[in-house]
Amino acid sequence: MFFVFAVAVGVLFAAGVFLMLRPSVIRLVIGLVLMSHGANLLIFVAGGLRRGTPAIVADGALSPPAGYADPIPQALVLTAIVIGFAVVAFAAVLVKRVCRVMGTDELDRMREEVA
Amino acid sequence: MILLLAVAAACAPLLARRAGRGLGWLMALVPLGSAVYLGIDIAMGPHVPWAERWTWMPALGVDVSFVGDGLALLFAVLICLIGALITLYSGSYFAGDSRCGRFFAYLLAFMAAMLGVVFSDNLIVLFIFWELTSIASYALIAYKSRAKSARDAALTALLVTGAGGLALLCGFVLIGMAAVDMGVDPAQASSIAALHAVDLRSHPYYTAIVVLVLLGAFTKSAQFPFHFWLPGAMAAPTPASAYLHSATMVKAGIYLIARLQPHLGDTDVWILSITGAGAATMVIGAVVGLRQRDLKRLLAYSTVAVLGIITMLIGLGSSKAVKAALVLLCAHALYKAALFMVVGNIDHGAGTRMIDRLGGLRRRLPYTAMAALVAAISMAGLPPTLGFIGKELFYAAKLTLGPFGSGLLVVAVAANSALVVIALIVAFKPFFGPATEPAKAAHEADLSMLIGPWFLAGMGLILGLWPGLFDQILGSWAAASIVNQPVAMDLALWHGLNSQAVIVLALSALTIIGGIALYVAMRGRFRTAGTAPAPTLAESLYNGALAGLYRVGARFAAAVQNGHLTRYIAVVLLVLIAGVSIPLVGALLHPLAIEPISLDVTDCAIAALIAIGAVAAALIPTYLGAIAALGISGLGIALTFALYGAPDLALTLIVVEVLTVVVLALVFHHLPVHSSQALRSSSRIRTVRDVAIAVACGALVTGLTLASAAIHLPADAATYYSKTSVPQGYGHNIVNVILVDFRALDTLGEIVVVAVAGLGVLALLRLRRIAAARPEREAT
Repeated sequence: MFFVFAVAVGVLFAAGVFLMLRPSVIRLVIGLVLMSHGANLLIFVAGGLRRGTPAIVADGALSPPAGYADPIPQALVLTAIVIGFAVVAFAAVLVKRVCRVMGTDELDRMREEVA
Repeated sequence: MILLLAVAAACAPLLARRAGRGLGWLMALVPLGSAVYLGIDIAMGPHVPWAERWTWMPALGVDVSFVGDGLALLFAVLICLIGALITLYSGSYFAGDSRCGRFFAYLLAFMAAMLGVVFSDNLIVLFIFWELTSIASYALIAYKSRAKSARDAALTALLVTGAGGLALLCGFVLIGMAAVDMGVDPAQASSIAALHAVDLRSHPYYTAIVVLVLLGAFTKSAQFPFHFWLPGAMAAPTPASAYLHSATMVKAGIYLIARLQPHLGDTDVWILSITGAGAATMVIGAVVGLRQRDLKRLLAYSTVAVLGIITMLIGLGSSKAVKAALVLLCAHALYKAALFMVVGNIDHGAGTRMIDRLGGLRRRLPYTAMAALVAAISMAGLPPTLGFIGKELFYAAKLTLGPFGSGLLVVAVAANSALVVIALIVAFKPFFGPATEPAKAAHEADLSMLIGPWFLAGMGLILGLWPGLFDQILGSWAAASIVNQPVAMDLALWHGLNSQAVIVLALSALTIIGGIALYVAMRGRFRTAGTAPAPTLAESLYNGALAGLYRVGARFAAAVQNGHLTRYIAVVLLVLIAGVSIPLVGALLHPLAIEPISLDVTDCAIAALIAIGAVAAALIPTYLGAIAALGISGLGIALTFALYGAPDLALTLIVVEVLTVVVLALVFHHLPVHSSQALRSSSRIRTVRDVAIAVACGALVTGLTLASAAIHLPADAATYYSKTSVPQGYGHNIVNVILVDFRALDTLGEIVVVAVAGLGVLALLRLRRIAAARPEREAT
């Protein structure tokens, strides 16, 4: 199970990188989202996969059931998801504004416009 | 003392504004005081080395430690004494130059660094001072910074000696490693004194050490084939040339060879490489020197020749040769600095340094002429001067070497004849004969510009008349430091009538007669305009390498930084792939505890969902389609979270994913650009390249993820949180407790980021509204 998720992480990164290398800035934003997905999944998978046992302490007990999932990567990923969303929202509005002003979404053409 | 000089150097520019003409006298007090202090120290005390030590970097075994033995003190006295005279001289030389404070600063800083070189007992500290002398010398050569030739010459000198310095550093590090290998305490490994305990010659690093150290010494001392920077360095102001390029800096390489002689010397590779380079340098310096017309360049080449002789003698390493080398070294420092100052006076007084334009100056510059003659006698090796004694010893040392020595002897006589010619050209040609046009208007230099040449030339004469003086004061002690056993100097002008003395004397006579004959033969040629000397092989190699470096640098910068963002991303990623993949492959090839691939239908389905979503997002040409595919991929990840014990993550991600898709779709679907156009405009080659980079990156990250399985961090933190979550955090969901309680500050930071991003979005949206409103306002 570890292996397939490792491959999935790789595909996410590959797609993200490919989009970042496109001339269009809009695709760059989409690539950014894919890469942050990939990073989240990487942290989660690297923390160890244990199926079906959330790190929740039952009522009356003092510690979670044996074999619980590691809560630390989860806490990290949770933070990362929220920040990632904020960054993507900002990037999307910024890129939209740039496209409006420059009349194109291609970085190289923007250079020509400025020059 | 070094500190004192450094402080004086720092003060020089400040004082320059106040003191004006008196600055030279004032500044000369510092090195003069040092020289007197050293002199008293030597005259009073028994000949015992002193040592001082401060801890600097104990972990690396680098202490700031200074040792003053005979060799170091001999150099130190020369540095301080000549330094004082040069400083005095510069005061008048630069009279009226408002920037001369800088010159004094560089000069004194150089002096301090040079003293550091000769007193350092630690190889690393020595190296630092060594480089400082290079830097100070760069500043001095480039002092006339408006002239391109001065800047180029300074750069050449810096690059050549700097490259040698790097080789030297490698050599020093190897010495340290070898010493530790052979049982020296690592804390002492870079101390020269500690090397006495071991025999580095038997270590496998020995040859490499010799090559690297000699590279450093040869570049500094302008030995063939690195000699070409020295004549170029004559672009420096004359006082700097007199000091750096005759008396001190170029001797640093000789000092280093002498200093390491007891530890590295006496092997074939050492003797052959040093004597070989020295002999070649001697010949080249003499031959090329004879073709020069500029007095300074003439002296520079003669310096190259003499440096070759001294290097050759030190390399031989017998006590006789070392004696000769030390005497020659002192004699050369004395007469060459004096002659440089004489040339400075001529230049100053007559306005030119070209020999074909000079003649008959003796009436106008009588005092300068006197100093020139005495110094030139020493240079030509005529009795009764120190130069004569040095040359006699030189021949005698050669005579004891058998057939090998005889070969060298023939060359040496020829080279010394050339020195005689040069001495005649410098001291005779400008002063005698009919007065030329520039000579008629010439004027004599003032007192402070005469003290230096007089004193130095006089010293050469006095030490020649009473050679025992040199012997007793420092000579024997310095020689003993090199050959590591007591040496009796027995210097004398006249050795009595034994066969060896007669042969040597005959050789001297031959040298002088040959020199005079050559001078007479050459005299007619001074009138013909000399051509610029063709660059030597080493020089053209250097120039070619420098130009090539510039070209490669320009091309590389143009290729990597072409202004396209995608190119930058690609370069960064490629470097990342190259840098990480090598250790990663190594880690993966290692028998890893990767669990056997067990395929589970649910896992495969979810992973396939993620992958298909990602690939579709990358390939679908319309933005809305790509954004939808993005959502599919995010959903797959949320499913993974839900399946593997992270319900909170799954919930959050689903919410965020829906929001992302909605936001992106809303923001982008209004845009007036056609996305398909962007895809079409990129060429096929570029697409292939991007796919290759992307696949490589993906493979890299997959590999990283797999490799991470091998790392098993201790579960301390997880155990801690799970045990304390309920008793201390009063919460049953451990992830939530971590976020809002244990790591609450992190979460606060996260909230701040979200808030700032929200403000940024708001500002951008308002900006558009304002921009849209403005034309309306203008219209009304």
